[in-house]
This record gives sequence, structure tokens and C-alpha cells, in this order.
Amino acid sequence: MSKLYATSADLEIELDNADDRQPTEIKTEEGKLEKLALFYDGENIKGKNPGKKLEHQGIKIEFVGQIELYYDRGNHHEFISLVKELAHPGELTQNAAIDFEFVNVEKPFETYSGNNVRLRYFLRASICRRISDIVKELDIGVHTLSQYPDINNSIKMEVGIEDCLHIEFEYNKSKYSLNDVIVGKIYFLLVRIKIKYMELAIIKREQTGTGANVYHENETVAKFEIMDGAPVRGESIPIRLFLANYDLTPTLKDVNKKFSVRYFLNLVLIDEEDRRYFKQQEIILWRKAKGAKDISASLKKV
Amino acid sequence: MSDTEDHSDIGTHRLNAPKQTLEDAYAEPDNCLEIDVINPETHDLGKKRFTDYEVKMKTNLPIFKKRETSVRRRYSDFEWLKSELERTSKIVVPPLPGKALKRQLPFRSDDGIYEEGFIEERRSGLEGFINKIAGHPLAQNEKCLHMFLCDPILDKKYVPGKIR
Repeated sequence: MSKLYATSADLEIELDNADDRQPTEIKTEEGKLEKLALFYDGENIKGKNPGKKLEHQGIKIEFVGQIELYYDRGNHHEFISLVKELAHPGELTQNAAIDFEFVNVEKPFETYSGNNVRLRYFLRASICRRISDIVKELDIGVHTLSQYPDINNSIKMEVGIEDCLHIEFEYNKSKYSLNDVIVGKIYFLLVRIKIKYMELAIIKREQTGTGANVYHENETVAKFEIMDGAPVRGESIPIRLFLANYDLTPTLKDVNKKFSVRYFLNLVLIDEEDRRYFKQQEIILWRKAKGAKDISASLKKV
Repeated sequence: MSDTEDHSDIGTHRLNAPKQTLEDAYAEPDNCLEIDVINPETHDLGKKRFTDYEVKMKTNLPIFKKRETSVRRRYSDFEWLKSELERTSKIVVPPLPGKALKRQLPFRSDDGIYEEGFIEERRSGLEGFINKIAGHPLAQNEKCLHMFLCDPILDKKYVPGKIR
């Protein structure tokens, strides 16, 4: 009696402790939200690899970290590629589960899904066969965590148009964590134009490519009106903007020399004729590690 | 000293700001600029007939030499100002009310461009135009704007340039 061979098999990758891990949401290219199990640099990735009765040329699992530039499809840049062979060429006679572990994998960059570039980490299990392989991929999320910065000066500057408009703006920090509050003020020194209102915007600038092929894309992530009406000389307008409400990532500088994501505060004044006067200032956003301590605050009490 | 939680490090308190003096709070604002386009008058007869308007400015902006001015300007003077500003500066100049060429054709049943309703419409459009452009910080540097608002007669042979 000849054995019946399956032409296909179901391949599943299961991660250990998947339910214990905090999921992170990430927007895919189509705008869908995917929950990814979250890992941090230095953790192990384990799982099972079940299948059905099948003849094959080998089973392997890869852990891949790669950067995809949307304008250069097909050219994925892999900055991590680890392979583990799970089974030699042979036969699977029943549902099988094969454990695997990638120990102490370095995950130097955060997962990022943007308008022109994506950085992802994923496990790819393959059952190799003569004509076509059976492949299954499972994405995971990675966050890079930081401690409080050593130096975090406030931003304070006097700007304006000669003899027309002079303001002094101040933001309490130059580096903000993703759950932080921007506290600041706008002080009017000279107002010779007719101002209608003032707003503060957070702009995300995504830079992809290098050298001659650099491409920038700006996105207004947040807009917040801070003043309605005409101010006069000597007036101060307070700013209090809670960052947790907005879809932000940490500042990513030169990730693997392929892309950058930077954030800017844009202060805009609009006059009665809808003319816009603005001042843009870069801020650094960072992701706080659990239990990170702000030493500078406790020193102040002494 | 009690051991209750100290909330002073939450970090949302307002930054210290200098207190505004009563003089600054209640003084005349530094941005006063009002221009009225009023008193349309039609002059002469026949081929030389035209309408002009009084352009009256009140301001406390130091860029203008006089606090109050009054000059008479006709539609073609406004056209001249618009083309000068477009030529000598990079400003996007607001639009003027229409030229109304159809109204200038013969055999109309009404007064054409001397029709009361039309003059009012044009007066209003010219007022909006001059207020918009006179409030532009870059236009305030142009000699042609100052000549338009302050000089009784427009010297079209002037040397274009900036005030500062």
C-alpha cells in the first residue's frame, strides 16, 4: 500500500509567553493595526513548528531584521539574518512540533512603520521542497528603551521680523519622553501686525535614502491652538501639550544609514489676512525604560 | 514635615513669565492701521470722464512717516500699485476688483461704469485690496506703497526701491 503524501502542510510559528508580552500596535502600509508581541534587545525567541505528513528537503527557521524602502521594492536590506536548521531532509509522518531558540539576539533598532520606509523583525519558517517551499512569517515588535538624558536644557529664543513682530518663546526641555508634557510660554515683545490666532504643531520628518537620492516627507502629527485673539506687548501665552495623545515614535537618527525620523515643534502665528509667521524647532523624543529614574529632579530638592 | 506625596515634580506647572505692566495692557495697540476708500467722485465729461476715490489712512506704525494721510486715487492707480509690487517684490499681491470692460462698451441701458451700484462694489473691493496689502510687512518696505498712500500725485517715473 503506497503511503499518501500531502502536497501541502500548515505551518505555524508559536512564540513562548506570547500572551504575557505586552502587544504594540503598528500601522501596516494599508493603515491596518496589527498587534505584535513586544520584545526587547537581548531576549530569546522560542517557539514550536508543527506540520502534517510530508516529504521535504529540510526544515529551517530564520530570524530576520530588515529595512524596506518603499520606492525601492524588492531590495530589502537585511541587517540581521540568523538561520537554524530544524530538520534534515526526510519525511514528516504526523503533526510535529519542533522547538527553537535564538539566544541573546541583538535587536539594535526599533520596529518602525512609516510613509516611505518600514523596519521589521520577523521569524520565517520554511519547509524546503523540490518545486516550492512552504513558508510562514511571524512579525514581532521591538522597542528601544532609554534612560533619562544627562543633559536636557530648555529651549529659549527671541525671534521676529524687524520692527514688526518680536517674540520670545521657551520650551521647558529639548528632549521629551513619549509620555511627557511640553510646558512652555510665548512672550510678546512687539506686536505691530494684527494677529488672529496662534497654534503649535508637531511635525514628523521622515528622511529616506542617502547621498543624491535623499527624500524628505513631512507629516503634521498634531496641531493645537494655543491662543485665540490679538495679543499686545507684554502678554505671555502658556503652552501645555501632552504628548501621550499623539501617535509618536522616538527620534530615530540614521538607522543603519538608511533612514531617519525627526520631530519638530512648529509655532505658527496667523494674522487677519491669513498670512502665516512660523518658527520651527527640533525636539528629541525618546522612549522611557520602566523604572528609569530622573536624577536631576531629586537633586533639585537638595 | 509630613511625608505626603510631593506633587511638585509632575512638571506641568506654568513657566515663570514677566508680569505685564498696566501701561502695556491698556495702551493703544502698536498695530493700528486703518485705510478707508470713500467719497467716490466722477470728474470731467466725455472721453476724459473718470471716477476717483479718497484713500484715507490712519496709523500708528512707525514705518509710515505720517499718522494720517488723505489722497485721491483712481482705479488705474490701484492697477499701477499692484503691477509695481508684483514687479519689484516677491509678494503675492491680492486681487483687485474687476476691470469691467463690458460696462465700458457703448449702447448700455444703464450708466455703465458710472452706475451707483457698480461704483460701490468697486469702492468696497479697492478698500479690501489696500488694507490687505498695506498690512503686509514686506510691502511696507516698498517705496511705491508709501508713494501711493502719502503723495498727492503718483510719480510713475519714480525710482523703485526699499524704505529700509
